[in-house]
Amino acid sequence: MSEIPMELKYSKSHEWVREESGVITIGITDPAQELLGDIVFVELPELGSEVVLEGECGVIESVKAASDLYAPIAGEIIEVNEALIDSPEQINEAPYEAWIFKISPASGQGLEALLDAAAYTEMVEAE
Amino acid sequence: MSALKKSALIEAHKRAGARLVDFSGWEMPLHYGSQIEEHHQIRREAGMFDVSHMVVSTLSGVGAKAYLQHLLANDVGRLIEPGKALYSCMLNPQGGVIDDLIVYWMGEDHYRIITNAATREDDIRWMQQQLEGFEATLMEQPQLAMVAVQGPKARSAILEWLSDDSAREVATLGRFFATEVDEGFIARTGYTGEDGFEVVLAAESAEPFWQAMVDAGIPPCGLGARDTLRLEAGMMLYGADMDTTTTPLESALGWSVALEPAERKFMGRSRLEQQKAEGVSRKLVGLLLEGKGVMRSHQKLFVGAREVGEITSGGFSPTLNRTIALARIAQEVDAGCEVEMRGRRVPVTIRRPLFVRDGRLVE
Repeated sequence: MSEIPMELKYSKSHEWVREESGVITIGITDPAQELLGDIVFVELPELGSEVVLEGECGVIESVKAASDLYAPIAGEIIEVNEALIDSPEQINEAPYEAWIFKISPASGQGLEALLDAAAYTEMVEAE
Repeated sequence: MSALKKSALIEAHKRAGARLVDFSGWEMPLHYGSQIEEHHQIRREAGMFDVSHMVVSTLSGVGAKAYLQHLLANDVGRLIEPGKALYSCMLNPQGGVIDDLIVYWMGEDHYRIITNAATREDDIRWMQQQLEGFEATLMEQPQLAMVAVQGPKARSAILEWLSDDSAREVATLGRFFATEVDEGFIARTGYTGEDGFEVVLAAESAEPFWQAMVDAGIPPCGLGARDTLRLEAGMMLYGADMDTTTTPLESALGWSVALEPAERKFMGRSRLEQQKAEGVSRKLVGLLLEGKGVMRSHQKLFVGAREVGEITSGGFSPTLNRTIALARIAQEVDAGCEVEMRGRRVPVTIRRPLFVRDGRLVE
């Protein structure tokens, strides 16, 4: 059974999103890492770069396939998790702890378009 | 999934949390949690694979040897000790590979042959057809299960499991030899580059054997790990690295073709001789990449603007912690090659198609 924490928000492209004091933290979900299999490389988004809503920002490469990461909100990349460069398997082991990047949202941007846990669970079960 | 064939171990796989997928029409374990961990387990200690989807056949009769000497590119005449195994390609008249297989001479007029699951129907049809004119009988044994126990600790686990009499006999087996004991057919062969055994058993004996191995500390490993292990060990995968449109000479398998003695007219021989005389235009090589990314099948290779080939098998090597691949390229290309991965061209090193031995990169 996949874990889908109640307090997080989710994108249709299987990212989880946490908001804390205006900073948005992003990773990929348990169903996503299950589907990908063993993750071997992470191409982190460029620190300081601007991203648009649903823009590509980074790649996760697993034994099975390469998968793009998408920004759940427009803004600036203010932090990336460099530990994933040497230990990408952390994403498989603890997907909700192994955050990948953080965004400072562009003004006026909110998380309303994202799914809550129930809606994401429904989406995953339907796939 | 209900239309897929299931091995005798399907329930054991489900209990162990296997991720089951379609392998040539069989429901088989891809992994039981992490294919990378399972790969490391085999190189460092031991693990086991359910390979019951492979096809086990027996061949007997006074014409059996002559039949195989006609059918196979390698020569069973080289088998002078009972129990010895031979790796060979089976070719069509154009020299293309119909399948690769292992044949064991079990003494007198008896042979055991193990062929691939994906090619089962085509193999049976072809092999039966080629029997015409030879006094021999070929029979598939679908009621058997097969388990490969591989890794440095595999041999001791198997010897421990066998009865004293059987263990005494199996202990004498050299690499690439097999024997028939009460428990089953035991071959010191494998597809991982490690020591170990492939055990062929009656279907009803499979679960007790599997459980005995688990109890002995030999965990189940999935076919995902089996594929990365064989790639590191420079072993070809039929359907990916060679097929009916490629000859063994274009697949780094020339070593398995016995052109001597010249009088042995095997199927596909004339085309191979012609190819040798004309010069072989393509070759199978190994590729190594520094840096990130995973090379994948069908990615194209370039020297400058010229496309020179494509990847036949690619993946991530857990032992080397980087991507490796096999590729078929133009004969004359040795350097200056780039692989196109996800729209970018990246330099790649061409090398022999074997990467790991004794747990390390081999030069």
